[in-house]
Amino acid sequence: MPSISPRQPKGKRVSSGVFENVVNPFCGTLCDDLVVERTEAGLKVVKNGCSQSVAGFERKLPPANPSVGGKDVALSKAIEEAARLIGKAKLPLFGGLATDVEGMRAVMALAERASGVVDHALSEAQYRNLKILQTTGWTTTTLAETRNRADLIIIAGSDIHRLHPRFFERIVAPPASMFDVTAPKRTIVFIGKGLDRSGAKGAHIGEVVTLACNDDAAGHIVALLRARLRGFRVTPPKRGGVTLADIDALAERCRKAKYGVVVWAPPALDFAHAELAVEQFTGLVKDLNQTTRFAGLALGGAEGAVTAATVCTWISGYPLRVSYASGAPDYDPYRWTIGRMLKDGEGDVLLWIASISPSLVPPPAKVPTIVLGTPGLALTAPASVFIPVGTPGVDHAGRLIRVDNVVSLPLKDLGRAELPSAAEILSAIEAAL
Amino acid sequence: MLIKLTGGKIYDPANNVSGEIRDIYVEDGKIVAAKPNARPDATYDVKGRIVMAGAIDPHTHIGGGKMTIARMLLPEDHRGDPVTRTELTRAGSGRSVPSTHVTGYRYAEMGYTACFEPAMLAANARQAHMEMGDTPMVDKGAFVMLGSDDYFLRQLAAKKDFNSIKDYVAWTMHAAQAIAVKVVNPGGISAFKFNQRKLDLDEEHVYYHVTPRQIILTLARAIQELGVTHPLHIHGCNLGVPGNIETTLATIRAAEGLRVHMTHTQFLSYGTEGDRKFSSGAARLTELANKTPNVSIDVGQVLFGQTCTASGDSMRQYAISKSAHPKKPVIMDIECDAGCGVVPIRYRDKSFVNAMQWVIGLETFLLFDDPWRIFLTTDHPNGAPFFFYPHLIRLLMDKSFRDDMLQKINPDAQAQSELLKSLTREYTLDEIAIMTRAGPARSLGLKDRGHLGAGASGDITVYRDNPDREAMFATPELVFKNGEVVVKNGKVVKVVQGATHVARPDYDKSIEKPLNDYFDRYLTVRMENFKLADEEIIGGDNGAIIVQPTAARAT
Ligand SMILES: [Zn+2]
Repeated sequence: MPSISPRQPKGKRVSSGVFENVVNPFCGTLCDDLVVERTEAGLKVVKNGCSQSVAGFERKLPPANPSVGGKDVALSKAIEEAARLIGKAKLPLFGGLATDVEGMRAVMALAERASGVVDHALSEAQYRNLKILQTTGWTTTTLAETRNRADLIIIAGSDIHRLHPRFFERIVAPPASMFDVTAPKRTIVFIGKGLDRSGAKGAHIGEVVTLACNDDAAGHIVALLRARLRGFRVTPPKRGGVTLADIDALAERCRKAKYGVVVWAPPALDFAHAELAVEQFTGLVKDLNQTTRFAGLALGGAEGAVTAATVCTWISGYPLRVSYASGAPDYDPYRWTIGRMLKDGEGDVLLWIASISPSLVPPPAKVPTIVLGTPGLALTAPASVFIPVGTPGVDHAGRLIRVDNVVSLPLKDLGRAELPSAAEILSAIEAAL
Repeated sequence: MLIKLTGGKIYDPANNVSGEIRDIYVEDGKIVAAKPNARPDATYDVKGRIVMAGAIDPHTHIGGGKMTIARMLLPEDHRGDPVTRTELTRAGSGRSVPSTHVTGYRYAEMGYTACFEPAMLAANARQAHMEMGDTPMVDKGAFVMLGSDDYFLRQLAAKKDFNSIKDYVAWTMHAAQAIAVKVVNPGGISAFKFNQRKLDLDEEHVYYHVTPRQIILTLARAIQELGVTHPLHIHGCNLGVPGNIETTLATIRAAEGLRVHMTHTQFLSYGTEGDRKFSSGAARLTELANKTPNVSIDVGQVLFGQTCTASGDSMRQYAISKSAHPKKPVIMDIECDAGCGVVPIRYRDKSFVNAMQWVIGLETFLLFDDPWRIFLTTDHPNGAPFFFYPHLIRLLMDKSFRDDMLQKINPDAQAQSELLKSLTREYTLDEIAIMTRAGPARSLGLKDRGHLGAGASGDITVYRDNPDREAMFATPELVFKNGEVVVKNGKVVKVVQGATHVARPDYDKSIEKPLNDYFDRYLTVRMENFKLADEEIIGGDNGAIIVQPTAARAT
C-alpha cells in the first residue's frame, strides 16, 4: 500500500501545533508559504491565506461513515461492495480524480486491472489547452519566471484574480524581482471587461490597460492584434469598446516588451471551441518570439487536474481520456469523456474521487456510483457506495503537480481528521477484486 | 540464497576477463568468489553463452517533465505501439517516448540494469524522481542541471568566493537527489530568456556578463574539488550548428586539464566543408579527444526514423523548431532555473543532413581509441529511441553490415563518407562490454555495478552467441537483477524495483541561510519544499537510495 512521509502515524497525532511552508492544495498554483495552526478547534490559516485556502483548511468536516446503499457499514464492507461492483462491470468509469500523485498512481493501477476508463472532472477545461498543444505545440513559462522577468503581462479573457486570489500578489506585483522589472516597466493588460483588476496595483506596477471586450471575445481581439502585428489591414473590431487604435497601441507595447507573458485560465474560457482562443494566445506568443521574447502561462488546474493529467501521461502515454477496455491504453479525447459517456448511457459503474473540495460532485448517473469523497461532499443523489477519504495536504501527506507543469510540491499531514487516503482505498479495492 | 551460473564465456573488462569460461556465484544478491564446494540453491547452465554485467546507460532521458510533455504532445507516437497489461506487467505505450513502466521493461529486456537521466532540472527534480520511481526493473540516477540558473550566475557574476559556489553545487545535488551535474548550453538557456539567440564559448551573457567558458571552468572545478566521481557532463554551445566543431574543440581545450565529459558529441561535431557547407568533424574531435585523457564522451548516435528530441537547451531547440516533424515544438522557460525544448523529429536516410549525422556518429565511435572513455548512447530519444541499441552495436561490430547500410543513405552524404568507408574497425565484445558496462560504471562512480567481480551486485546479462549481433543484443537469454532472474528470452518474468543512485559531496550547511533568503525573496517555492526528502523516494516511490562514495573535498 503506498504511503508517504507518515510524519504522524494515525492515532498518534499531536493535538496542536503550527505548520510552516504549508502547500495549499485547493488551488492549482499551489502556494507553499502558508502557516497553518492546528488546535482542538481545528485548522486555522494564520499567514498567507486566501479565500480559497481559508475555506479549504478551515472547513469543519461533518461526521461521515462508509456507507452502502445509504446505510452506514464498516469500511471493509464498503471496500468489498466497491470491488464487487467494479469486478462485475464491463466498462467501469474512473472519474473525478481529484486526488494527489499517490491517488492517481493507485487509480491507474485499478483502472488497468478493471479494464476501465480514466478521466478527470475538469478535463474539458484542460483539453482547451491540450488540443492546441497536440496540434501546434507552444512556448510557455512558469510562475517564478513570470514573477521575475515579465515586463508585459497580458491577462486574456480570464478572471485570474477570482480563480487564483494570490496570483497578483505573488506573481504580478511581488515586492521584489530578480531583474528589477518594476514600475514603470511592468505593464498589465486586461483583455475582457468582466475581469477583476483590483490586484493589478502596487509599487511595481506601471500602466494598467484594459481592452474591454466581452470576455469570450479575447481570442478574437488577439487574432486582430496578430494581424496588425503582421501589418495587415483589418475590419475594426465590433467587440465591446475596443477600437483599432487600442489594438495598435497594444501591438506597439508587444513589440517593445522584452519578456511578455500571455496569461489565460482554461476553466474561465467556458464557451464552445474555446481552444481556438487558446490557439490565438499561443499563436501571439509564437509570432512575437521571432523578434523578442514571449511566453504563455496557462492557469487553472484546481482539484488536482494537472496532477491527474501528468501522472496519467507518464503511466499510460496519454493525458487522461484513456480506456483500458482492451488491456492496453486506448486514447480518444472525445469518446472516453466520462461526462459524455454518462449522458449517453455508456459505462456500467462510476467510481468518483473528490478528495479535495466538497463541491466536486459527480454528474448525474444512471449507473451504480462509488464515491471516494471528502466528508461533506454535496452529493445530489445517494451513492451506491460512499467512502470518506482524506484531503491530501490536510488529512494525510502526499504530492501535487503545480499548474505550470514543472514544479511539484510535498504536502504535509496536518492531522485534521483520521481518514484514509484515496490511494489506500483504491489499492484496497484493487486487492479485493 | 546462492546461485551459480556455470560454463559461461565471461566478458568482464573491469576485472580483465575476456571470454574466459568461468562459473559465477551470486549470494544474497551479490557476486561472490567461487565456492566450488557449496551447494547452490539454483544453478543456471549457460555453457556457450556470453555473460556480461548488466548494461548501464549513462545518458538516457527517461524521467522528468520534458519527457511527460513529449508524451502528452505525441499521442501518435504511442498509438502504433500499445502495450497490454499482463498478470505480471503494467500496460502502457511504447515507441520513442514510452510510458514509464514500459521504459523499464524494455530496457531490462535488452539486458540493461541501470539507466541515468542526464538532464534533471532542480525545479523539476521531484517529478523526475517520481517518474523514475514508476520505471521498474532498472537502477536509476539523475544529473542535475546547473549553469543557467540565476543563483549560480549571479554568484559567478559577483565573483563570489569559490567555496560558496562549491557549497551551492553540492547543496543542489543533495536537494535534487542527483549523482552528477550537467551543464547544458552553458548560460545559454538563461541568455535565451534575455533574447540572446546564440552564445559562443567566449561570448558574454547580456545580463550577467559571464561567458560559457567561465561557467564550464567553474562547474568542472567545483565538481572535481567536491570529489564527485562523474566529471561535469557538458552539453556544449551551438548544438546542431554547422561549424560547431570549432566550439567543441575549444571547449575541450578550455577544460585546462580538468576532467570533463562531453555528451552527445555527434550533435556538436559539424564542419562547414563540402557543397552543402555541412561536413563531419568527427576526425578532428577524436584526434583531440584521443590525446586528451581528461575527456570522456558519449556519442548520441542518430538512427533513422521518427523520434522526438527533448533537451534542456531551449535556445537551440527553439532554433530547430522549424524542422519539427510533426510541426509542433514545445519550448519552456523554467523558474529562473532552466528551460526545455521538445521538438519531434524524423531522421530520414535520404536527407543529406540526417545521413551525415549518422555518418558522423559512426565515425566518432570508430575513430575513438579508448573504449573506457566513450559510451554507447543515442541520447535517447534525441538521436534515436533506446531500442535501437542492438542495431547500433551491429553497425559497430560488423563492417559489411555497416557498408550495406551506407549504401542506402543520401548519395551526397555517401560521397562525403570516404573516411567512414575506409574505417575497417569492428568493435570487439570486450570493447562493447567496456562501452556499455564497465566504462559507464567507472565514470559514474558505481563501485558495485558494471562488473562481475566479487562484491558486485548480481546484475548479469546472458546472451546466446550469434554472429548477428543485433539479434544477439536485442534478446538476451537471461537477465539477473540482484541475483534474481528478471528476464528470460527477452521477456520480463519478474518485476523488481531498482534503486536510485546518488552522490552526496560535503558542503557547509550555513549556505542555507542566504539560499533561504533568496528563495523567499524571488522564488515561488519555499526552500524547504524545494528539497527532495529521502522518504519521498523510499516511501513515496517504493524505492531505495544508494549513496555512492565521493572523494574528500579538496581546496
Ligand atoms: Zn541528452
